[in-house]
Amino acid sequence: MEIAQALEVIWAARWALLAGLGNTILISVLSILMGTALGLVVGLILTYGNPVLRFVVRLYSDFLRGTPVFVLILACFYILSVVDIQLSAYEAGIFALTLFCSSHVGEIVLGALKAIPKGQTEAAKSVGLTFFGTFFSVLLPQALRMILPTWVTTATEIVKASTLLSVIGVVELLLGVQQVIARTFLSLELYFFAGFVFFLLNFAIEKAGRFVERKVAIPS
Amino acid sequence: MSVPVLEITNLHKRFGDVEVLKGIDLTMQRGDVVSLIGSSGSGKTTLLRCVNLLEDYEEGIVAVAGEQIGYRQQNGRRVRLREREIARQRAMTGMTFQHFNLFPHMSAIRNVMLGLVRTRKMPKDEAYATAETWLDRVGMKDRKDHFPGQLSGGQQQRVAIARAIAMNPELMLFDEVTSALDPELVSEVLAVVKGLAADGMTMLLVTHEMQFAHDVSDRVVFMQDGRIGEEGPPDTLFHNPKSERLAAFLKSSKF
Repeated sequence: MEIAQALEVIWAARWALLAGLGNTILISVLSILMGTALGLVVGLILTYGNPVLRFVVRLYSDFLRGTPVFVLILACFYILSVVDIQLSAYEAGIFALTLFCSSHVGEIVLGALKAIPKGQTEAAKSVGLTFFGTFFSVLLPQALRMILPTWVTTATEIVKASTLLSVIGVVELLLGVQQVIARTFLSLELYFFAGFVFFLLNFAIEKAGRFVERKVAIPS
Repeated sequence: MSVPVLEITNLHKRFGDVEVLKGIDLTMQRGDVVSLIGSSGSGKTTLLRCVNLLEDYEEGIVAVAGEQIGYRQQNGRRVRLREREIARQRAMTGMTFQHFNLFPHMSAIRNVMLGLVRTRKMPKDEAYATAETWLDRVGMKDRKDHFPGQLSGGQQQRVAIARAIAMNPELMLFDEVTSALDPELVSEVLAVVKGLAADGMTMLLVTHEMQFAHDVSDRVVFMQDGRIGEEGPPDTLFHNPKSERLAAFLKSSKF
């Protein structure tokens, strides 16, 4: 009976929960896309930048990776308003997750570019390719394949971290569920439900990642 | 006499405090095949890599077809050329590497096409036809759609040779083309190189295959301690070495 009752409650609250899920997906997608774009730049500077630029970006990356995401979210929401940058909870949350994502992607990109043997660059140079030609035709296609599995893991980390935005009042899936619990007191069932939905989301991401990995795999 | 294909004058190269090339002079005319031999650390590979500026050099001049590679003189000072200019100059020479360095994410034919399309600005269908011709020449046409990971070492090296030579370079540089190959794969690659030599290709080779150097070269250069120790036609150099160092080297190479 308990399960039937829980399902009934979930069904009754379906629109609110779907709105929460929608927010979770939107926040995650935006953070991952912007974080990846920024992360590519971070990775390129860490690999090819001049020493001063590299030092600055290294500090940026180390600082962000050494800070809990939760602290980062609170900082973006509360501290930025002190210096007169007014962001909504939604914007501040996405901003924090983007920064967090960029530092991780930056390190992954750095690692991948460093892992490509020097002979690849030399062979590209020997057929007259410039730096850009070498990068886009030879290094990037190989680096992206190496990055993919770790990048997928980072993406699932962002989806999980998006739940922390509930603390600053963003109604994503977790806060949506908590609001239903506040009305119904079915905490066990509904938290289980939330966990299951997050699992499904990340499972889908992992599967999609594997699919792309197989599609772009180099025949050998 | 026409402009030499390669003219190296008083070339010096340092790695930090260590001087690895201590004043090299070498001239090659069109169609010359020159082999560089010598023990490890004698500077053979570094010399080869200075010719297409995979290594910068500190002093002296390397000129391909009369054009100084990598630098120009301005008010008595040497100034490094811009990246784009250097890229253009690198395409004047073709190079193959000890470890082939094929692009693993591209099929054999796309490996050969890359330089033709990106550097020579050849239309794709023309590049495809050119690449196919050269793959055929090295006996790899039937494997043109294979990826490097699906080819043996010898096959990969043959594709690498096609990739370099399809660019129609003034000069081919071969850096120990067979030293990473299993013994049974050496001959197929050497046969390709010999064929190119017979066609009149100008070639500078670094090799540990003494018999091959003897058979294919017009001239052999023995390097020791960053200098040219001895230089001459293969018969003279291999059968009547002047220095004890060369005699000892040939003996240790079981020639």
